[in-house]
Amino acid sequence: MASVTTISSHLTSAFISTPEFCRLSQSLNCSQTQRRSTRKSIPGKISASVDLKPPPYELNALEPHMSKETLEYHWGKHHRGYVNNLNKQIEGTELDEMSLESIISASYNKGDILPAFNNAAQVWNHEFFWESMKPGGGGKPSGELLELINRDFGSFEGLIHEFKLAATTQFGSGWAWLAYKEHKLDIPNARNPRPSEQDKKLVVVKSPNAINPLVWEYHPLLTLDVWEHAYYLDFENRRTDYISTFLNKLVSWETVSSRLEAAKVLVAEREREMEEIDAIDDMDTMEPEDADMYFGSDADDFPEDEE
Amino acid sequence: MALRTFATRKTLGLASTFHQQLRGLQTFTLPDLPYDYGALEPAISGDIMKLHHQKHHQTYITNYNKALEQLDDAIAKGDASTAVKLQSAIKFNGGGHVNHSIFWKNLTPTKEGGGEPPHGSLGWAIDQSYGSLEKLIAKMNAEGAAVQGSGWVWLAVDKELKRLVVETTANQDPLVTKGPSLVPLIGIDVWEHAYYLQYKNVRPDYLKNIWKVINWKYASEIYEKECP
Repeated sequence: MASVTTISSHLTSAFISTPEFCRLSQSLNCSQTQRRSTRKSIPGKISASVDLKPPPYELNALEPHMSKETLEYHWGKHHRGYVNNLNKQIEGTELDEMSLESIISASYNKGDILPAFNNAAQVWNHEFFWESMKPGGGGKPSGELLELINRDFGSFEGLIHEFKLAATTQFGSGWAWLAYKEHKLDIPNARNPRPSEQDKKLVVVKSPNAINPLVWEYHPLLTLDVWEHAYYLDFENRRTDYISTFLNKLVSWETVSSRLEAAKVLVAEREREMEEIDAIDDMDTMEPEDADMYFGSDADDFPEDEE
Repeated sequence: MALRTFATRKTLGLASTFHQQLRGLQTFTLPDLPYDYGALEPAISGDIMKLHHQKHHQTYITNYNKALEQLDDAIAKGDASTAVKLQSAIKFNGGGHVNHSIFWKNLTPTKEGGGEPPHGSLGWAIDQSYGSLEKLIAKMNAEGAAVQGSGWVWLAVDKELKRLVVETTANQDPLVTKGPSLVPLIGIDVWEHAYYLQYKNVRPDYLKNIWKVINWKYASEIYEKECP
């Protein structure tokens, strides 16, 4: 089993390599980290392809709540299929050299979705899903995560209720998410010009098929796969039981907490960058203090009107 | 898994409530299958047929009826917001009921003619439009396999243009959402619940095998009605 990088460093390096972040940082000369930190390289051969990352536990480790058989198909066939198909799709193209998050962003193409998106997003989603669970999971969150949950959902039970609702009502295939949202404005592509602490909050969202909250510029913290293949072998049509089992027995709140920490660090960094960019802009557009600079030292040289 | 025999036809009507009938609201009940759950084996397992019919289709009907009641209520009260909000539930669940009702008729056991190629005008039209039945099947299988997430693949006749069409729909969208003059002849459910217990992730194998139980007689009847 390959060693797994810590969640926060994975998220950090991944986010820093997105085009959005780098465009923001251009004025500060940030060097782009294009490759995923977990990419393996064979000596003498540059491998640009995306890896099939294994779950951070054995395939039978989530029994009896999620069977080994499910993991064998879900990770071994579905997730592996997305990885293989993505690699075939991007080979020899400009996407081949990019990080997974960059491929997602590029192929999402502001909603005018390109072919590689489905596979790329599903690779990301499934990695994120395995890491959202652990043997002996469940229980309750604590610390800052719990504080924010109480603030934004009223109570832990409030969060659970909303999450269950999203997961149940995602019709067809898709995902339910807990995410950290930083913008007040709900309009896509609109950036809040004056972000404040109140604007940043936890939200529960659901998404169809391969879509994930990265495309809305949210910071995903937790996900549950509600495609039928995720639960059909263990629960048949009983999605509600699957959702309860996930929340009671599988979810890793520690992972969610560290993802939240990482997200807050990124958000703070990005705000600092924006402030510096704004400061530079302000300097360029500032009015000269002395308007006479434009009109000469003697205003009488330019009489207002001829009588 | 032990082979189970299903001796009797499954009848699971859900009686409409007396209350609803008083109001004149037409609600829906689960239609019986014209064959036993196990009769489509080995193409589709009896376990799948039973779950698909008794759980999935029944749930669509239950939720459709509920949405219709709420819509009826909202309309009576002039509550436009609620009436609009209910549209997605009606599309999902009503569509699910419409599509699955067609689907059960699209299937028939091999010994009752399942898989037997269409003769008559439909067979001729298929050859004209696609070259051969094999080519049509290959096209439908390719499009069915390519549906991302959940949906259906259809053979339809455009009743205005009198032309055969292969189409796909997402989730439970009925075929008419792709064109008001499209009449479904054959619909194949490619939601994972339609095949997962038997074929797991290999949707192409399901698509390859389902043709052995497709009821071309039914498809021909519909076609001949639209294109006499």
